[in-house]
Amino acid sequence: MGLYFLKRVALSILIVMLAVTLLFCMIHMVPGDPARILLGPRATPELIASLSAQMGLDQSLPIQIVKFFGNILRGDLGMDVITNRPVAATVFGQLPYTLWLIFTAIIFAMLIGIPLGCYSALHRNTLIDRITGVISVACITAPSFVVALYSLLIFAVTLHWFPAVGAGDKGDFWDQVSHLVLPAFAIGLSWVGYLSRLVRASMLEVMSENHIRTARAYGLSENTVVYRYALKLAVLPTVTVIGVGMGFLLSAALFTEIVFARPGIGKLIFDSITTRNYPVVMGSVLVSTILFVVSTTLSDLINAWLDPRIRASL
Amino acid sequence: MMDALHRISRDPLGLLGLILVVLIIASALLAGLIAPYDPIKLNIIDRLQGPSVDHLLGTDQLGRDLFSRVLYGGQVALKVAFISIAAALGIGVFLGMLAGFGPKWLDNIIMLFFDTIRSFPTVMFALATVALVGPSLGTVIAVIIVTSIPTYGRVVRTQTLTIKSNEFVMAERAMGVSTTRILRVHILPNVIGPLIILASMDIPTVIALEAGLSFLGMGVKPPTPSWGSILNDGYTLIRNTPWPIIAGSIPLVLITLGFTFLGESLRDLIDPKLRKNV
Repeated sequence: MGLYFLKRVALSILIVMLAVTLLFCMIHMVPGDPARILLGPRATPELIASLSAQMGLDQSLPIQIVKFFGNILRGDLGMDVITNRPVAATVFGQLPYTLWLIFTAIIFAMLIGIPLGCYSALHRNTLIDRITGVISVACITAPSFVVALYSLLIFAVTLHWFPAVGAGDKGDFWDQVSHLVLPAFAIGLSWVGYLSRLVRASMLEVMSENHIRTARAYGLSENTVVYRYALKLAVLPTVTVIGVGMGFLLSAALFTEIVFARPGIGKLIFDSITTRNYPVVMGSVLVSTILFVVSTTLSDLINAWLDPRIRASL
Repeated sequence: MMDALHRISRDPLGLLGLILVVLIIASALLAGLIAPYDPIKLNIIDRLQGPSVDHLLGTDQLGRDLFSRVLYGGQVALKVAFISIAAALGIGVFLGMLAGFGPKWLDNIIMLFFDTIRSFPTVMFALATVALVGPSLGTVIAVIIVTSIPTYGRVVRTQTLTIKSNEFVMAERAMGVSTTRILRVHILPNVIGPLIILASMDIPTVIALEAGLSFLGMGVKPPTPSWGSILNDGYTLIRNTPWPIIAGSIPLVLITLGFTFLGESLRDLIDPKLRKNV
């Protein structure tokens, strides 16, 4: 386990470093230099030269990459060209909003999806199971921004049940909660379908295993067998799937934050693109990529801890 | 082929999927014949109308007929989906075979490249690219190709590795058969089946991504209609009229459902082993 842990973490660090290099090269492969793009078409050559020097663009590429890595390790993601604050401060100011949104969405999806999948597995091939199956697939395929648009249209604009924009007043807990409901629903809906399918499949697998048969042979009631023994095992895959699904969650959060004009890292990226604030765009993409890599690594490690066969594969 | 069609038609959901897919592809291809209006022709007097006999899905803020725009929007969606998936499949098959059949160091490099690409959340990677090179349909297609290659490549690599260790491949080698021939005659036909299923289940994701990026104004340029840009119009007009949102989302939801049902049905048909919920 120790060796696997080290190898897996080393691989993740390597991947993050490659991803950073790729992002860095993308900025530099683009025709025209970043300073010129940043300042727009009417910038004078002196202005471009001074901004280039300020951003370190006048040095050679390898030196820039090394410096870039050094800065990232010190938590310095560069300067926000518009507000002149550190990019890290801007990004980490927005990150908690996105994390809360994703967390709420996943809790919502688990609360509905897991019981649904469990019920489907226990009543396999009944009409309700088939209907849940079709609805689950429909939920999985619905693009999150379409769900977001419809929930905005129906529950906020037409029915006025929930507020339409923003994240609510900072001090007012219930106001913040009411602002979370629709965005979390928009992100979580496809996960409801996904988790219900997943739990159904793994529940069916667990129910056919020997220890469940033994538990039944001991004369334990069906409820005890299902809820105390089977469900615990059947829910495990969801934990790892959520880790791997972090990328989808972040992408869905981006659309939802834009539709509901909610602060967060997705909204930050979008706003920074429209204001040509490249350091912030790159900083936000970098932070979300690291978040994604960390969560996939964690889920791999949890998986390996639970299932020794996986350790051998790396 | 006829047999496959016959068997899909016995699975009600597969049949529904097939019908939806055929219907939407046909309506996009025949948009020029079916569409009652020019999708970019302005008609300010009739702006923001609800559905009527003249305008089946109403009109937008510039009086453009939404039904016509939806039909033409299908062309954009299908163009992006087919071009990018075909290209990603081609490159994915090539790199996957190279990784599976080539030396270990090359395998490691290719896998590392795949892992790096997959470490970006797709939409954020797309936005970062668009931010640098500017919004256009070409950028969207390029981003989708790059981000889809690893999925196909990994499947091909695993399949190649499995087949490579078979005895008949060793026998072929002993007879002096070239690597390209082994790849072409033995490996390619074996990997193509699962890949087609994977690709057909990927089409909805790609169409949704194109619509999403166009919704954010990072895809097609106005006035070209795309389901995403219709939805964007609907978003800005959300307090005035629900119709652009409804018009833009109907085909998007139908085609995603269609391809998903069809894909699941194909999967059960071609490869029962892949069925998750037996």
